[in-house]
Amino acid sequence: MKKLESSLLNMVLVLTCVAVIMGAILAAINSVTTDPIAQQEKKALAEGIQKVMGGQQVQASDKADAVIPMVDEKGKTNYYSVYNVSNAQGNAIGAAIQDTVNGFGGNLVVLVGFDNEGIIKGYTLLKHAETPGLGAKADQWFQDGQKGDIVGLSAADSLFVSKDKDKNGNSGKVEAITASTITSRAFLQAVNRAYKAWLKSKGAVAGNADDCNNSCGEKADCGKPCCKDKAATGPTNNKPEQGKEAQQ
Amino acid sequence: MNYLNIIKNGIVKDNPTFVLMLGMCPTLATTTSAQNGLSMGLATMAVLICTNVVISCMKSITPDKVRIPVFIVVIAAFVTILQMIIKAYLPDVDKSLGLFIPLIVVNCIILGRAEAFAAKNTPVASLFDGVGIGLGFTMALTLLGIVREVLGSGSIFGFAFVPEDYNILLFVLAPGAFITLGYLIAIVNKLKK
Repeated sequence: MKKLESSLLNMVLVLTCVAVIMGAILAAINSVTTDPIAQQEKKALAEGIQKVMGGQQVQASDKADAVIPMVDEKGKTNYYSVYNVSNAQGNAIGAAIQDTVNGFGGNLVVLVGFDNEGIIKGYTLLKHAETPGLGAKADQWFQDGQKGDIVGLSAADSLFVSKDKDKNGNSGKVEAITASTITSRAFLQAVNRAYKAWLKSKGAVAGNADDCNNSCGEKADCGKPCCKDKAATGPTNNKPEQGKEAQQ
Repeated sequence: MNYLNIIKNGIVKDNPTFVLMLGMCPTLATTTSAQNGLSMGLATMAVLICTNVVISCMKSITPDKVRIPVFIVVIAAFVTILQMIIKAYLPDVDKSLGLFIPLIVVNCIILGRAEAFAAKNTPVASLFDGVGIGLGFTMALTLLGIVREVLGSGSIFGFAFVPEDYNILLFVLAPGAFITLGYLIAIVNKLKK
Protein backbone atom coordinates (compact mmCIF):
# COMPACT_ATOMS: atom_id res chain seq x y z
CA MET A 1 0.00 0.00 0.00
CA LYS A 2 1.21 3.44 -0.82
CA LYS A 3 1.72 5.82 2.07
CA LEU A 4 0.05 9.16 2.30
CA GLU A 5 2.40 11.89 1.18
CA SER A 6 3.95 14.03 3.92
CA SER A 7 2.46 17.31 2.78
CA LEU A 8 1.64 19.91 5.38
CA LEU A 9 -2.10 19.52 4.85
CA ASN A 10 -1.94 15.74 5.21
CA MET A 11 0.16 15.88 8.34
CA VAL A 12 -2.06 18.42 10.06
CA LEU A 13 -5.21 16.58 9.04
CA VAL A 14 -4.07 13.14 10.12
CA LEU A 15 -2.61 14.22 13.43
CA THR A 16 -5.67 16.33 14.28
CA CYS A 17 -8.06 13.54 13.35
CA VAL A 18 -6.16 10.96 15.36
CA ALA A 19 -6.03 13.27 18.37
CA VAL A 20 -9.75 14.07 18.14
CA ILE A 21 -10.77 10.42 17.77
CA MET A 22 -8.56 9.30 20.64
CA GLY A 23 -9.84 12.19 22.75
CA ALA A 24 -13.41 11.11 22.08
CA ILE A 25 -12.64 7.50 23.04
CA LEU A 26 -10.96 8.70 26.23
CA ALA A 27 -13.96 10.86 27.11
CA ALA A 28 -16.30 7.93 26.60
CA ILE A 29 -14.24 5.57 28.76
CA ASN A 30 -13.84 8.27 31.37
CA SER A 31 -17.58 8.76 31.68
CA VAL A 32 -18.03 5.00 32.10
CA THR A 33 -15.34 4.58 34.74
CA THR A 34 -15.86 7.73 36.82
CA ASP A 35 -18.54 6.15 38.99
CA PRO A 36 -16.75 2.86 39.69
CA ILE A 37 -13.56 4.75 40.54
CA ALA A 38 -15.39 6.95 43.02
CA GLN A 39 -17.04 3.87 44.50
CA GLN A 40 -13.71 2.11 44.84
CA GLU A 41 -12.31 5.07 46.72
CA LYS A 42 -15.35 5.17 48.99
CA LYS A 43 -15.07 1.45 49.59
CA ALA A 44 -11.37 1.69 50.39
CA LEU A 45 -12.09 4.44 52.90
CA ALA A 46 -15.02 2.60 54.49
CA GLU A 47 -12.95 -0.57 54.82
CA GLY A 48 -10.10 1.48 56.25
CA ILE A 49 -12.34 3.05 58.85
CA GLN A 50 -13.77 -0.30 59.85
CA LYS A 51 -10.26 -1.73 60.14
CA VAL A 52 -8.88 1.06 62.29
CA MET A 53 -11.83 0.90 64.65
CA GLY A 54 -11.07 -2.68 65.59
CA GLY A 55 -12.78 -4.51 62.74
CA GLN A 56 -16.31 -4.38 64.11
CA GLN A 57 -19.35 -3.21 62.21
CA VAL A 58 -19.27 0.55 62.22
CA GLN A 59 -21.14 3.46 60.78
CA ALA A 60 -19.38 6.45 59.37
CA SER A 61 -20.21 8.91 56.68
CA ASP A 62 -18.14 8.68 53.53
CA LYS A 63 -17.46 12.38 53.71
CA ALA A 64 -15.25 13.84 56.40
CA ASP A 65 -17.25 15.15 59.36
CA ALA A 66 -14.70 17.88 59.85
CA VAL A 67 -11.53 19.03 58.22
CA ILE A 68 -9.08 20.35 60.76
CA PRO A 69 -6.31 22.69 59.66
CA MET A 70 -3.17 22.63 61.76
CA VAL A 71 0.12 24.42 61.33
CA ASP A 72 3.18 22.21 61.69
CA GLU A 73 6.65 23.12 62.93
CA LYS A 74 7.68 24.32 59.52
CA GLY A 75 4.77 26.72 59.30
CA LYS A 76 2.96 24.66 56.72
CA THR A 77 -0.76 24.19 57.15
CA ASN A 78 -1.93 20.60 56.92
CA TYR A 79 -5.52 19.48 56.70
CA TYR A 80 -6.79 16.49 58.62
CA SER A 81 -10.02 14.75 57.72
CA VAL A 82 -11.97 13.57 60.72
CA TYR A 83 -14.56 10.82 60.39
CA ASN A 84 -16.78 10.34 63.42
CA VAL A 85 -17.52 6.69 63.88
CA SER A 86 -20.34 5.04 65.73
CA ASN A 87 -21.09 1.35 66.21
CA ALA A 88 -24.01 -0.57 64.75
CA GLN A 89 -26.28 0.64 67.56
CA GLY A 90 -25.44 4.25 66.74
CA ASN A 91 -23.32 4.98 69.81
CA ALA A 92 -20.23 7.03 69.17
CA ILE A 93 -17.14 4.91 69.62
CA GLY A 94 -14.50 7.32 68.42
CA ALA A 95 -13.11 8.87 65.32
CA ALA A 96 -10.81 8.02 62.46
CA ILE A 97 -8.34 10.67 61.38
CA GLN A 98 -6.69 10.80 57.99
CA ASP A 99 -3.25 12.32 57.88
CA THR A 100 -0.60 12.72 55.20
CA VAL A 101 3.10 12.90 56.01
CA ASN A 102 6.27 12.74 54.03
CA GLY A 103 7.51 9.17 54.23
CA PHE A 104 10.72 7.77 52.82
CA GLY A 105 9.43 7.35 49.29
CA GLY A 106 6.80 10.06 49.08
CA ASN A 107 3.46 10.76 50.66
CA LEU A 108 2.37 8.42 53.38
CA VAL A 109 -1.39 8.59 53.93
CA VAL A 110 -2.32 7.12 57.27
CA LEU A 111 -5.76 6.56 58.76
CA VAL A 112 -5.67 6.30 62.53
CA GLY A 113 -8.60 5.28 64.71
CA PHE A 114 -9.07 6.69 68.21
CA ASP A 115 -11.67 5.70 70.76
CA ASN A 116 -13.49 8.30 72.83
CA GLU A 117 -10.58 8.55 75.25
CA GLY A 118 -7.99 9.05 72.55
CA ILE A 119 -6.53 5.56 72.78
CA ILE A 120 -5.29 4.26 69.44
CA LYS A 121 -7.63 1.53 68.21
CA GLY A 122 -5.87 0.76 64.98
CA TYR A 123 -4.41 2.21 61.84
CA THR A 124 -4.08 1.52 58.17
CA LEU A 125 -2.00 2.91 55.35
CA LEU A 126 -4.32 4.26 52.67
CA LYS A 127 -1.51 5.14 50.34
CA HIS A 128 2.24 4.81 50.47
CA ALA A 129 5.31 4.54 48.30
CA GLU A 130 7.72 3.03 50.81
CA THR A 131 10.39 0.55 49.79
CA PRO A 132 8.94 -2.94 49.39
CA GLY A 133 10.39 -5.29 51.99
CA LEU A 134 11.53 -2.40 54.18
CA GLY A 135 9.34 0.61 54.84
CA ALA A 136 6.34 -1.03 53.22
CA LYS A 137 6.23 -3.37 56.21
CA ALA A 138 4.72 -0.45 58.13
CA ASP A 139 1.23 -1.68 57.27
CA GLN A 140 1.81 -4.76 59.46
CA TRP A 141 4.62 -3.77 61.81
CA PHE A 142 2.66 -1.45 64.11
CA GLN A 143 -0.50 -3.60 64.21
CA ASP A 144 -1.81 -5.27 67.31
CA GLY A 145 0.52 -8.04 68.46
CA GLN A 146 3.35 -7.17 66.08
CA LYS A 147 6.81 -5.96 67.07
CA GLY A 148 6.04 -2.26 66.93
CA ASP A 149 2.52 -2.58 68.34
CA ILE A 150 0.98 0.85 68.88
CA VAL A 151 -2.61 -0.33 69.30
CA GLY A 152 -3.85 0.46 72.78
CA LEU A 153 -1.30 3.20 73.37
CA SER A 154 -2.21 6.81 73.88
CA ALA A 155 -0.51 9.42 71.76
CA ALA A 156 -1.06 12.05 74.45
CA ASP A 157 2.65 12.09 75.17
CA SER A 158 4.09 11.84 71.69
CA LEU A 159 5.03 8.42 70.42
CA PHE A 160 8.50 8.01 69.02
CA VAL A 161 10.86 5.20 68.13
CA SER A 162 13.05 3.59 70.77
CA LYS A 163 16.15 4.87 69.02
CA ASP A 164 15.17 8.49 69.68
CA LYS A 165 15.10 10.24 73.03
CA ASP A 166 12.78 12.98 74.21
CA LYS A 167 13.88 16.14 76.03
CA ASN A 168 14.20 14.28 79.33
CA GLY A 169 16.37 11.61 77.80
CA ASN A 170 13.70 8.91 77.84
CA SER A 171 13.80 6.69 74.82
CA GLY A 172 10.66 5.98 72.85
CA LYS A 173 8.19 3.19 73.46
CA VAL A 174 7.82 2.02 69.91
CA GLU A 175 10.26 -0.27 68.19
CA ALA A 176 11.14 0.99 64.72
CA ILE A 177 10.94 -1.23 61.66
CA THR A 178 14.30 -2.91 61.13
CA ALA A 179 16.35 -0.80 58.72
CA SER A 180 13.46 1.61 58.15
CA THR A 181 13.82 4.22 60.84
CA ILE A 182 12.80 7.05 58.53
CA THR A 183 9.53 5.39 57.64
CA SER A 184 8.91 4.57 61.28
CA ARG A 185 9.55 8.14 62.36
CA ALA A 186 7.30 9.49 59.63
CA PHE A 187 4.59 7.04 60.58
CA LEU A 188 4.71 7.94 64.27
CA GLN A 189 4.74 11.60 63.39
CA ALA A 190 1.54 10.97 61.45
CA VAL A 191 0.00 9.24 64.45
CA ASN A 192 1.02 12.05 66.81
CA ARG A 193 -0.34 14.68 64.50
CA ALA A 194 -3.53 12.73 63.99
CA TYR A 195 -3.94 12.65 67.76
CA LYS A 196 -3.57 16.43 67.96
CA ALA A 197 -6.09 16.82 65.18
CA TRP A 198 -8.42 14.48 67.06
CA LEU A 199 -8.07 16.58 70.23
CA LYS A 200 -8.82 19.64 68.23
CA SER A 201 -11.80 18.06 66.55
CA LYS A 202 -13.20 17.23 69.97
CA GLY A 203 -12.86 20.90 70.81
CA ALA A 204 -14.72 21.74 67.66
CA VAL A 205 -17.35 19.13 68.37
CA ALA A 206 -18.09 20.79 71.67
CA GLY A 207 -19.38 23.59 69.49
CA ASN A 208 -17.50 26.32 71.27
CA ALA A 209 -16.29 29.04 68.95
CA ASP A 210 -13.85 30.36 71.56
CA ASP A 211 -12.37 26.94 71.92
CA CYS A 212 -11.75 26.78 68.25
CA ASN A 213 -10.21 30.21 68.14
CA ASN A 214 -8.01 29.35 71.08
CA SER A 215 -6.72 26.22 69.51
CA CYS A 216 -6.03 28.09 66.35
CA GLY A 217 -3.90 30.43 68.39
CA GLU A 218 -2.61 33.72 67.12
CA LYS A 219 -1.39 32.14 63.92
CA ALA A 220 -2.13 34.51 61.09
CA ASP A 221 -3.28 31.90 58.61
CA CYS A 222 -5.94 30.58 60.88
CA GLY A 223 -8.87 32.48 59.53
CA LYS A 224 -9.46 29.33 57.55
CA PRO A 225 -12.02 26.52 57.48
CA CYS A 226 -12.25 25.50 61.12
CA CYS A 227 -12.71 28.89 62.70
CA LYS A 228 -14.68 30.33 59.86
CA ASP A 229 -17.06 27.42 59.96
CA LYS A 230 -17.42 27.82 63.66
CA ALA A 231 -17.93 31.52 63.52
CA ALA A 232 -20.46 31.36 60.75
CA THR A 233 -23.98 30.61 61.78
CA GLY A 234 -26.29 28.49 59.70
CA PRO A 235 -25.79 25.28 57.82
CA THR A 236 -22.14 24.80 58.67
CA ASN A 237 -23.04 24.56 62.33
CA ASN A 238 -25.09 21.48 61.75
CA LYS A 239 -22.18 19.17 61.41
CA PRO A 240 -20.47 19.79 64.73
CA GLU A 241 -23.83 19.53 66.48
CA GLN A 242 -24.53 16.19 64.94
CA GLY A 243 -21.13 15.20 66.10
CA LYS A 244 -21.97 16.43 69.55
CA GLU A 245 -24.99 14.19 69.77
CA ALA A 246 -22.94 11.31 68.58
CA GLN A 247 -20.33 12.02 71.19
CA GLN A 248 -22.86 12.01 73.99
CA MET B 1 3.69 -15.33 7.42
CA ASN B 2 3.18 -18.01 9.98
CA TYR B 3 1.37 -16.50 12.95
CA LEU B 4 2.56 -19.13 15.36
CA ASN B 5 6.10 -18.26 14.39
CA ILE B 6 5.49 -14.59 15.17
CA ILE B 7 4.39 -15.49 18.67
CA LYS B 8 7.33 -17.82 19.14
CA ASN B 9 9.70 -15.11 17.92
CA GLY B 10 8.26 -12.68 20.45
CA ILE B 11 8.84 -15.10 23.29
CA VAL B 12 12.20 -16.59 22.37
CA LYS B 13 14.12 -15.04 19.50
CA ASP B 14 13.03 -11.42 20.06
CA ASN B 15 12.26 -11.59 23.73
CA PRO B 16 11.98 -7.89 24.67
CA THR B 17 13.72 -8.24 28.02
CA PHE B 18 16.36 -10.92 27.51
CA VAL B 19 17.25 -10.28 23.87
CA LEU B 20 16.10 -6.88 22.68
CA MET B 21 16.82 -5.29 26.08
CA LEU B 22 13.85 -2.98 25.76
CA GLY B 23 11.71 -1.61 28.55
CA MET B 24 14.38 -2.01 31.21
CA CYS B 25 12.90 0.67 33.45
CA PRO B 26 9.62 -1.08 34.32
CA THR B 27 11.46 -4.40 34.25
CA LEU B 28 13.75 -3.37 37.08
CA ALA B 29 11.29 -1.27 39.01
CA THR B 30 8.17 -3.42 39.14
CA THR B 31 9.54 -6.91 39.65
CA THR B 32 9.81 -6.77 43.44
CA SER B 33 7.35 -9.64 43.57
CA ALA B 34 6.01 -12.23 41.14
CA GLN B 35 2.53 -10.74 41.36
CA ASN B 36 3.75 -7.26 40.47
CA GLY B 37 5.82 -8.56 37.57
CA LEU B 38 2.90 -10.54 36.20
CA SER B 39 0.47 -7.61 36.50
CA MET B 40 2.88 -5.22 34.84
CA GLY B 41 3.55 -7.70 32.03
CA LEU B 42 -0.15 -8.23 31.37
CA ALA B 43 -0.87 -4.49 31.47
CA THR B 44 1.88 -3.83 28.96
CA MET B 45 0.67 -6.70 26.79
CA ALA B 46 -2.87 -5.29 26.71
CA VAL B 47 -1.60 -1.90 25.59
CA LEU B 48 0.81 -3.43 23.10
CA ILE B 49 -1.84 -5.54 21.38
CA CYS B 50 -4.24 -2.59 21.04
CA THR B 51 -1.63 -0.13 19.79
CA ASN B 52 -0.10 -2.64 17.39
CA VAL B 53 -3.44 -3.35 15.74
CA VAL B 54 -4.56 0.28 15.56
CA ILE B 55 -1.23 1.56 14.30
CA SER B 56 -1.08 -1.20 11.73
CA CYS B 57 -4.57 -0.27 10.50
CA MET B 58 -3.53 3.35 10.17
CA LYS B 59 -0.21 2.76 8.52
CA SER B 60 -1.35 3.76 5.02
CA ILE B 61 -2.99 7.00 6.10
CA THR B 62 -0.13 8.11 8.34
CA PRO B 63 2.30 10.48 6.62
CA ASP B 64 5.86 9.43 7.39
CA LYS B 65 6.95 12.69 8.94
CA VAL B 66 4.26 12.70 11.64
CA ARG B 67 4.23 8.98 12.33
CA ILE B 68 5.94 9.25 15.73
CA PRO B 69 3.49 11.86 17.09
CA VAL B 70 0.59 9.78 15.78
CA PHE B 71 1.98 6.65 17.46
CA ILE B 72 2.44 8.51 20.72
CA VAL B 73 -1.12 9.84 20.67
CA VAL B 74 -2.49 6.35 20.09
CA ILE B 75 -0.26 4.81 22.77
CA ALA B 76 -1.05 7.51 25.32
CA ALA B 77 -4.77 7.10 24.71
CA PHE B 78 -4.67 3.34 25.26
CA VAL B 79 -2.51 3.65 28.36
CA THR B 80 -4.90 6.18 29.85
CA ILE B 81 -7.85 3.93 29.08
CA LEU B 82 -6.05 1.03 30.74
CA GLN B 83 -5.25 3.17 33.76
CA MET B 84 -8.88 4.19 34.19
CA ILE B 85 -10.07 0.61 33.87
CA ILE B 86 -7.53 -0.63 36.41
CA LYS B 87 -8.47 2.13 38.83
CA ALA B 88 -12.14 1.30 38.47
CA TYR B 89 -12.11 -2.49 38.57
CA LEU B 90 -8.73 -3.69 39.92
CA PRO B 91 -7.99 -1.57 43.00
CA ASP B 92 -5.33 -3.99 44.27
CA VAL B 93 -3.32 -3.77 41.08
CA ASP B 94 -3.76 -0.02 41.19
CA LYS B 95 -2.37 0.07 44.70
CA SER B 96 0.81 -1.82 43.91
CA LEU B 97 1.46 -0.59 40.36
CA GLY B 98 -0.45 2.69 40.22
CA LEU B 99 2.65 4.74 39.62
CA PHE B 100 4.01 2.60 36.82
CA ILE B 101 0.93 2.23 34.64
CA PRO B 102 1.09 5.75 33.15
CA LEU B 103 4.78 5.14 32.45
CA ILE B 104 3.85 2.44 29.93
CA VAL B 105 3.42 5.37 27.51
CA VAL B 106 7.17 5.81 27.37
CA ASN B 107 7.94 2.10 27.41
CA CYS B 108 10.17 1.61 24.40
CA ILE B 109 8.76 -1.85 23.70
CA ILE B 110 5.46 -0.31 22.63
CA LEU B 111 6.93 2.39 20.42
CA GLY B 112 9.62 0.01 19.22
CA ARG B 113 7.13 -2.60 18.05
CA ALA B 114 4.92 0.07 16.49
CA GLU B 115 7.85 1.34 14.47
CA ALA B 116 9.58 -1.95 13.75
CA PHE B 117 6.62 -4.24 13.17
CA ALA B 118 3.14 -2.72 13.15
CA ALA B 119 4.01 0.01 10.67
CA LYS B 120 5.22 -2.57 8.16
CA ASN B 121 2.86 -5.52 8.61
CA THR B 122 -0.81 -6.36 8.42
CA PRO B 123 -3.11 -5.77 11.40
CA VAL B 124 -3.51 -9.51 12.01
CA ALA B 125 0.22 -10.11 12.00
CA SER B 126 0.63 -7.11 14.30
CA LEU B 127 -1.93 -8.56 16.65
CA PHE B 128 0.07 -11.76 16.93
CA ASP B 129 3.29 -9.80 17.31
CA GLY B 130 1.66 -7.94 20.20
CA VAL B 131 0.64 -11.23 21.80
CA GLY B 132 4.09 -12.75 21.32
CA ILE B 133 6.13 -9.81 22.53
CA GLY B 134 3.64 -9.23 25.33
CA LEU B 135 3.89 -12.84 26.45
CA GLY B 136 7.67 -12.68 26.26
CA PHE B 137 7.70 -9.55 28.38
CA THR B 138 5.19 -10.98 30.86
CA MET B 139 7.17 -14.21 31.22
CA ALA B 140 10.44 -12.35 31.70
CA LEU B 141 8.94 -10.04 34.31
CA THR B 142 7.23 -12.87 36.15
CA LEU B 143 10.42 -14.93 36.16
CA LEU B 144 12.40 -11.97 37.46
CA GLY B 145 9.70 -11.31 40.04
CA ILE B 146 9.68 -14.94 41.20
CA VAL B 147 13.46 -15.05 41.66
CA ARG B 148 13.52 -11.76 43.53
CA GLU B 149 10.54 -12.64 45.69
CA VAL B 150 11.87 -16.08 46.60
CA LEU B 151 15.31 -14.76 47.52
CA GLY B 152 14.22 -11.43 48.96
CA SER B 153 10.93 -12.13 50.72
CA GLY B 154 10.97 -15.92 50.96
CA SER B 155 7.62 -16.28 49.24
CA ILE B 156 6.01 -16.94 45.87
CA PHE B 157 2.96 -14.94 44.78
CA GLY B 158 2.57 -13.84 48.38
CA PHE B 159 2.75 -17.33 49.94
CA ALA B 160 5.63 -17.23 52.38
CA PHE B 161 7.62 -20.41 52.89
CA VAL B 162 10.96 -19.19 54.23
CA PRO B 163 11.20 -17.61 57.70
CA GLU B 164 11.79 -13.88 57.58
CA ASP B 165 15.22 -14.17 59.20
CA TYR B 166 16.61 -15.95 56.14
CA ASN B 167 15.48 -13.42 53.55
CA ILE B 168 18.06 -11.59 51.50
CA LEU B 169 16.65 -8.11 51.47
CA LEU B 170 19.06 -7.01 48.76
CA PHE B 171 17.04 -8.82 46.12
CA VAL B 172 13.94 -6.77 46.78
CA LEU B 173 15.90 -3.56 46.41
CA ALA B 174 17.29 -2.04 43.22
CA PRO B 175 20.69 -3.80 43.21
CA GLY B 176 18.92 -7.15 43.39
CA ALA B 177 17.04 -6.28 40.23
CA PHE B 178 20.26 -5.68 38.32
CA ILE B 179 21.96 -8.78 39.67
CA THR B 180 18.99 -11.02 38.96
CA LEU B 181 18.47 -9.57 35.49
CA GLY B 182 22.13 -10.03 34.63
CA TYR B 183 22.13 -13.68 35.65
CA LEU B 184 18.84 -14.41 33.95
CA ILE B 185 20.04 -12.88 30.68
CA ALA B 186 23.21 -14.98 30.88
CA ILE B 187 21.26 -18.16 31.58
CA VAL B 188 18.66 -17.53 28.86
CA ASN B 189 21.33 -16.79 26.26
CA LYS B 190 23.29 -19.89 27.25
CA LEU B 191 20.18 -22.05 26.97
CA LYS B 192 19.35 -20.63 23.56
CA LYS B 193 22.69 -21.76 22.10
